[in-house]
Amino acid sequence: MPKISIQQVGKVFGEGGHRVEALKDISLDIADNEFVTFVGASGCGKSTLLRIIGGLEYHTSGEVLANGQPVAGPGADRAMVFQHYSLYPWLRVMENIKFSRRLKHGRENLSSADVEAASGRADALLSLMGLNAAVDAYPNQLSGGMQQRVAIARALMGRPEILLMDEPFGALDAQTREVMHDLILHVHRLEKPTLAFVTHDVEEAIYLADRVVLMAPRPGRIDTIYPVPLPAEREQDMKHTPEFLRLKKEILARIRETSGMKTDQGMLDQLNMQEAV
Amino acid sequence: MLSRPGTRPRAKSSGKPGMWAIRGPLSRNQYWLFAALGLLAPLALWWLVSSSASVDKVFMPGPLDVYHRLITWYVDDNLMSDIGISVYRVTAGFALSAVIALPLGLLIGTFRPVQAVLEPLTDFIRYMPAVAFIPLVMLWVGIEESSKIAIIFIGTFFQMVLMMAEDVRRVPLAQIEAAQTMGATRGESVRLVIFQSAKPALLDTLRVTMGWAWTYLVVAELVAASSGIGYSILKAQRFLQTDKIFVGILLIGLIGLVMDQLFRLAHRKAFPWLHLRS
Repeated sequence: MPKISIQQVGKVFGEGGHRVEALKDISLDIADNEFVTFVGASGCGKSTLLRIIGGLEYHTSGEVLANGQPVAGPGADRAMVFQHYSLYPWLRVMENIKFSRRLKHGRENLSSADVEAASGRADALLSLMGLNAAVDAYPNQLSGGMQQRVAIARALMGRPEILLMDEPFGALDAQTREVMHDLILHVHRLEKPTLAFVTHDVEEAIYLADRVVLMAPRPGRIDTIYPVPLPAEREQDMKHTPEFLRLKKEILARIRETSGMKTDQGMLDQLNMQEAV
Repeated sequence: MLSRPGTRPRAKSSGKPGMWAIRGPLSRNQYWLFAALGLLAPLALWWLVSSSASVDKVFMPGPLDVYHRLITWYVDDNLMSDIGISVYRVTAGFALSAVIALPLGLLIGTFRPVQAVLEPLTDFIRYMPAVAFIPLVMLWVGIEESSKIAIIFIGTFFQMVLMMAEDVRRVPLAQIEAAQTMGATRGESVRLVIFQSAKPALLDTLRVTMGWAWTYLVVAELVAASSGIGYSILKAQRFLQTDKIFVGILLIGLIGLVMDQLFRLAHRKAFPWLHLRS
């Protein structure tokens, strides 16, 4: 049974004349413990699709199953990591990570052994994410990269079987991003969540994923699915291998083709001509 | 001469921007120097104008006259009870509107149907002048203490609701959604995320509206009052005691300033993460 099953999903925003078809006839199965990344030109609906899986938005047709259950609203089995502004600035790092413990959902049916285990888990996540030195800091005292580590640790705290990430490293600088890539791969190996990851960075998409899903806009749809021909254990050096570069080139070219902005060169030529006159 | 970026010659050889650079730096000492200048210069000007022979004391009493009036008010005229009753009226009216505005603002900022029902209505009422409600308040509430509180309530409540709703709406959606994907119920999202996140802004709104509550004091004490700073100002007007008017106005300003500082102190104590020195 696939962990996430998306069947003929469509999404329409607005009504009447303002009706926009954001997603059309999306079908995709994501296997247990699979790492799938979504790329595509802006407006292709990749974030919308992720948010539908997370239950933060509703599809207007088709069906989405997570763990075999139809998705009806957000739930702790599908934790989400956002690009920014999701940490709680009034809580210190450790309190942020343990936030789900304050919720009824996290407290129900717990023995004292569970509570102790949870405390141990918070410490383990803190170490895993390299946050030991920052345990008592407030989020606004941390760099962007450290903040995202906290956000990931907090999302993992409730042992979600599905982890959804919406451009989580989009605001980080290139060096920090590379470190985060290896960290999230490590987390994936260790915690074995099923991972759906939206990004605009093709290199990131290939380096992290088992499969890269390329979506196209107007209406948002799945264009191509690329299996990544790299060994399961990723290393930074693989980014320079011929197969990596070939796939990157292929995906970038396809994004350009599907973006509908083929006029770039034409516009430039036109402008140049006007200048010549 | 070769010119490289960043080596552009400046007026000052050190290259450090001066205090008149756009958003330039100001040391602590310089800050207090300028602040003292800003406070003392008007005082000096006041002194100068009032002591010139051409200005009648009825129009412009000097700082010393005002000081003497303050002392006689304190010694002979029950200044402290005037202050006490005015502080009580403002605080009561303000607290009443805060207690009602807070849950309403939270609901308006969180649930769209509540917003649709209440926000246009509130927007409409807040443009009605509080002073014009005096006859109605006297008719409905009477001329007891509660009528003064009611006027201050009318003056602050509607603004407060709208500002608090806006504070609540400014809570980043990602904070709320993160909680939902951790299994938070609707109630938990409101209580543990939205309210907590909006708290600093809500306290700032209370601070600002507290200032407005004080501006309604004189209006409130138009209604059959027999004590209070606002009432004393009105009475002094009848007897042309300009110096007493000055004392009253300055006192209201001073009390307002003190309360403002107390709110700022509370803000620093309650929300330490917003006041970290990095």
